Amino acid sequence: MTTYIIRRLLLLPFLLFGVTVIIFGMLQFLSPVERSALYVREIPHTEGAVEGIIKRYGLDKPIYVQYWYWLVGRIDPVTGGRVGGILRGDLGYSRVGSQPVAKLIAQRFPATAELALWAVVPIIGVGIWLGVQSAVRHNRFFDQVARVFSIVGWSFPTFVFGLLVLMIFYARLRWFPPGRLSDWASAIVNSGQFHQYTHMYTIDALLNLRFDIFWDALKHLILPVMTLSYLNWALLLRVTRSSMLEVLGQDYVRTARAKGLPERLVINRHARPNALIPVVTLAGLMVAGLLGGVVITETVFNYPGIGSAAAQAAIQLDVVTVLGFALFNGTILILANLIVDILYAVIDPRVRLE
Amino acid sequence: MQNRSVHPSEFPPLRELNRLERLLGPDNYRALRALVTTPTAILGLILLAIFAIVAIAAPVIAPPTNPRDPYRIPRDGFSPDPRPMGSEWKRNPPPLPFWWKFVMKREHWIHILGTASGQWDIFYGVIWGTRTAFRVGIAITMATLIIGVIVGSIAAYYGGIVDNILMRLVDIFLTLPFLMAALILATILVPRFGKSIYPAIIALIGFGWMGYARLIRGDILSIKEREYILAARAVGARDYRILFRHIVPNAIFPTLVVASMDIGSYVLSFAALAFLGIGVEIGYADWGQLLSFARNWISSLAEYWYIVVWPGLTLVLFVLAWNLVGDALRDALDPRMRTIKR
Repeated sequence: MTTYIIRRLLLLPFLLFGVTVIIFGMLQFLSPVERSALYVREIPHTEGAVEGIIKRYGLDKPIYVQYWYWLVGRIDPVTGGRVGGILRGDLGYSRVGSQPVAKLIAQRFPATAELALWAVVPIIGVGIWLGVQSAVRHNRFFDQVARVFSIVGWSFPTFVFGLLVLMIFYARLRWFPPGRLSDWASAIVNSGQFHQYTHMYTIDALLNLRFDIFWDALKHLILPVMTLSYLNWALLLRVTRSSMLEVLGQDYVRTARAKGLPERLVINRHARPNALIPVVTLAGLMVAGLLGGVVITETVFNYPGIGSAAAQAAIQLDVVTVLGFALFNGTILILANLIVDILYAVIDPRVRLE
Repeated sequence: MQNRSVHPSEFPPLRELNRLERLLGPDNYRALRALVTTPTAILGLILLAIFAIVAIAAPVIAPPTNPRDPYRIPRDGFSPDPRPMGSEWKRNPPPLPFWWKFVMKREHWIHILGTASGQWDIFYGVIWGTRTAFRVGIAITMATLIIGVIVGSIAAYYGGIVDNILMRLVDIFLTLPFLMAALILATILVPRFGKSIYPAIIALIGFGWMGYARLIRGDILSIKEREYILAARAVGARDYRILFRHIVPNAIFPTLVVASMDIGSYVLSFAALAFLGIGVEIGYADWGQLLSFARNWISSLAEYWYIVVWPGLTLVLFVLAWNLVGDALRDALDPRMRTIKR
């Protein structure tokens, strides 16, 4: 077990290194002149300004030198101080956000985390329940309906589903608006009296005992949570169902039945725990995906999280910001993978014995 | 030499193979049978056939105003307010197709499915978008398949350190979430290629090939130990000949099936990027692009429902068709599912 975890931890820096190499490698599609644009905040007016930037930031140096600069920063020839370096937390300056990328991420992250928090329970709870039920009732009516439900959900592009629920629940019924807070609520939240503990409005509202704001924030969360739930259920249902079906065909399940256990116990005690092992991976990665920002869902619902910020930056070709978000996203995913793998070894002895 | 070994041909076959089964091999035959016997797969195939016909007949169904640039959706003015279905086409209507007078019983073009904001004709966009979907889907699938097969087969054939390096490369590419990675690459490529479909296509290719590399690697690992490979090596065939003449053709089928069924999901990802406004220029006949026009009218969608429903429905049906076929194929080819059904 310990050796497994150590082996897995040793892989971590390697994966992180790999992600930075890929991201940096993609930058090489741009010429030095184009890349110099990543460092300026104003349009250069003087002759030779671009060449100056290329020299100053070492954009004409060999690629491994540039990568090193990008990673740990470099000594600025003009000021003499150390600047840049993603390892020092400097992800560059965001043109779209008019602030450093790291700050922009910190500012947007609570919104994304709040959405993930509210989405995770319905997604995983209901998704697994559907999958188990559908396997237990294999080829019967419930299973057929679930199958259609899953394949339709799987084929539904997030943005089409999102636009449709907006059309019904916002444009027609006026129940759940897009955005994150109504204007009146956001005025209160940003005023001095409202204490922002976590920057997650539902939680802050409860801590401030402002139930009207809690309700308003929740109303804005319902449609995105609904969209994320439906689309993720489709996937979770498929995986849980096929894993459960496989387990139900195993000898030990037959043994459990043969010794006269009630069907409920056979399923809940013998089959389900084993069937859920592969599901853990998927569920873990889904949570990581939610935390890393759901680009399309946030964009459709105009929800100011990590994902919609990345999309906005991409539309305006703000490469620095997009790269910063990708690094953040990649790091979360790598860490989530690590946690999932370790969890996996905890619940499945076969993995750690290998 | 008393103990004469029994030749396999002396055993009676477990069951008679019919001619088609012998021709295709049992796995391929099972896949083919699943396609024509599963009701959902038949529905999928019918839908795909309709889409293919629409794509091929696009110039007849909706003749382009400018035949040299047919993917540009014609627009009727510039007003931001969408116009309802059946409203008259006032400025520069495209040429009338031959079927128009028989089917529509009128002399002028109308906006059959209405116009999106900016007066882009939705009907034209949906019809020509079908062509874009096939082009994009097939281009991405072929390119990812080629890259995946080359990487995977080299890794499996040479094994050892080569395998290790290539597969770790695959791991690294898989760490970035697909859409996020495609988003970055497309953003970087837009200044290179300008606003067109290419940045998004290249970005999706760049981060789509890893699954195939893994898949074919697994199949090659089992095939490369077979006797006919040893025989090929014994007669002195070169590595690349053994690999690409003997191994790959025998290992490629499962990968090919999975890849062909991925066309739908690539079209979906491409439409998602177009919806976000990355790559495709405004007015290009693409479903994601058409849907993005709806974002300006979120609060009036009850009135302007047609700007979401028609392109959305088309996209969903297209992806659904691929998934219906793919689902049946996967069930047929998955050995685990076979034991369950017994």
